Amino acid sequence: MQELALDIRDLRVSINDGDSSKEILKGINLEVPKGQVHVIMGPNGSGKSTLAHTLMGHPKYSVTGGSVSLYGEDLLSLKVYERARKGLFLAYQYPVEVPGVSLAHFLWNANQSIAQSKQPTGKKDPKAVLAFRKRLNAALENLKMATDFSTRHLNVGASGGEKKRIEIAQMQVLDPRMVLMDEIDSGLDIDSTKVVAQAINAMKKPDFTALIITHYPRILEYLQPDRVHVMAAGKVLCSRGMELARELEQKGYDWILSEYNAS
Amino acid sequence: MNEEARGALDIDQSKYDFRDPEVSVYRSAKGLTRETILDISAHKKEPEWMRDARLHAYEVFLTKPMPKWGGDLEGMDFDAYTYYIKPTDKREDAWGDVPEDIRKTFDRLGVPEAERKFLAGVGAQYESEMVYHSIQEDLAKKGVIFLDTESGLREHPDLFRKYFASLVPPEDNKFAALNTACWSGGSFIYVPKGVKLDVPLQAYFRINSENMGQFERTIIIADEGAELHYIEGCTAPQYSTRSLHTGVIEILVHKGAKVRYTTIQNWSHNIYNLVTQRAIAYENATMEWVDGNMGSKLTMKYPSIYLAGEGARGNVLSIAFATSGQHQDAGTKIIHKAPNTTSTILSKSISRGTGRTSYRGLLKVAKGATGVKASVKCDALMLSPESRSDTYPTMEIGEDAVSIAHEATVGKISDDQIFYLMSRGLSEQDATAMIVQGFIEPFAKQMPMEYAIELNRLIQLEMEGAVG
Repeated sequence: MQELALDIRDLRVSINDGDSSKEILKGINLEVPKGQVHVIMGPNGSGKSTLAHTLMGHPKYSVTGGSVSLYGEDLLSLKVYERARKGLFLAYQYPVEVPGVSLAHFLWNANQSIAQSKQPTGKKDPKAVLAFRKRLNAALENLKMATDFSTRHLNVGASGGEKKRIEIAQMQVLDPRMVLMDEIDSGLDIDSTKVVAQAINAMKKPDFTALIITHYPRILEYLQPDRVHVMAAGKVLCSRGMELARELEQKGYDWILSEYNAS
Repeated sequence: MNEEARGALDIDQSKYDFRDPEVSVYRSAKGLTRETILDISAHKKEPEWMRDARLHAYEVFLTKPMPKWGGDLEGMDFDAYTYYIKPTDKREDAWGDVPEDIRKTFDRLGVPEAERKFLAGVGAQYESEMVYHSIQEDLAKKGVIFLDTESGLREHPDLFRKYFASLVPPEDNKFAALNTACWSGGSFIYVPKGVKLDVPLQAYFRINSENMGQFERTIIIADEGAELHYIEGCTAPQYSTRSLHTGVIEILVHKGAKVRYTTIQNWSHNIYNLVTQRAIAYENATMEWVDGNMGSKLTMKYPSIYLAGEGARGNVLSIAFATSGQHQDAGTKIIHKAPNTTSTILSKSISRGTGRTSYRGLLKVAKGATGVKASVKCDALMLSPESRSDTYPTMEIGEDAVSIAHEATVGKISDDQIFYLMSRGLSEQDATAMIVQGFIEPFAKQMPMEYAIELNRLIQLEMEGAVG
């Protein structure tokens, strides 16, 4: 049996908004085997972003039931930064701006936090910072970004497309083993979509697993995912191959919602 | 003085007190009397005019009321302070008496041993005598005077007398009067016409003087076309046995000259820090205050600039950081007295726990000062629900043809920023510190690099225990 990178069982999640609480995820079941690229599609409001943020540990969302394991280890009991240190990475749909903090400074500290959690007694390598800068510059170049983005303040003044590419650059530098991507291709033009897809493809290796949320099959043509899941109303309706994404592009969601009686 | 405040002071004093009785050779009796003033003057072997100036200031001090605005000065007891301590040349024995927590902070900041002793007030001096001598030789060739204030008075009596109390007379406020009556230490600097110093002058390099004393008096004169950058203080905690610091800084920037005065003060939390800093900028001159206030129990400090000549520029960049039990009441006064003068103010404040920051500012445009451009920006960041931040901006605009911009923001660290940074592997504490460092980046980037690094490390330390 294949080792699972991500194993989500009957996950139930509510959002707390003041005094009231509303259930968004109503029993999600999803398995992503190690080394595979999976896709989640689905109409707006079906809970895709909630799923991504819950897996990363956003405090806005409360888990009310179910379990999630990351490489066989319970994920939900971990703090946000512990999840990152275990190799989980979320590429955001709307990356936040952090004024006064350069991308390089931030990412170096993140990189060190992750490295030190793996090797707490490891000696500091004085050359590590140089190797890191090289890696960051290479990542930016691969994404056709000016390398001075590394000294600019994190996401401040960057266009929507630039922010998305900065997310991918961070992913390449931190080298996570389980990646969640929340609409990383939304708002990207055709060329940028290709650049981003190529950068993701360059990450592919036996220990790289991805779960990609998207509305567009275009990026999937580059990525050639192993599996496409459709989410609606807080549940996973069905899971099929790449052909499902193309079918959804042509026919929309109504037919599949009625097929599964979920509309 | 109320009992509670006295209690707080007592605790702090015992915590920070040196036990070594050999620390000083001369210590005036507690409290301030006419005799104390005469003693100070006699010990310094001063000319008569200075003794009289001190006595006059003492009279002014007695008649001036305590400020009713700003911070809470209830806990002050003028009779409990010692007004003059003549330090010995060697005080290093006292190093062992420096409180553990301060030594630990030095350790974690990576402050070199020699510098630590200096900061702790127990080193004879920062061990840079050789550096100092070569700097002094170089300065002397250019005609630059860079002395402690006592030597300035002794060696350049006419120049000194011309400028002493010329900007901050004792009548200005109670604490300026107090400083004038019992000043000791500080820097006396004169840069001649057209001389531009590209290396900052640092108080560290002043030898045989009382640095950062209780009542330091600093006078800086930049003659026409001269340029200099003066740096006072440091980011590491400044430790003092005395609980009142009342400095006066006077800076004269003559036609076309440029002065930047950078100070970072991180006094231990028992200190009342009440400082008067004033500069005058003449025609086409530029004055810049870069002012950081991290420590003290209460700071009241409003660096001011009089733009007295056409085309003069004034910039003030400041940060204030208040943690529980601290109140930073800081701000800026800019007086546009001449046409076509420009000024910018950027004030950043951070409060944590029950800490309180206040921005208290005055922007004044005198009648006849046309073509003035001024901008004021105050950003406050509050890290805890109990933190407090206030802004008290005052504007007196006497002309129509002026351009004034004012902006004030008060914010909290956003959960989304914290989540974003944490989702990349940073602990909550590191994420918070990083956002705070980003907040003060416009200030930090104006610092010499070693100061900026130290400042960032200090923010990191301050954040410890800030989050649950």
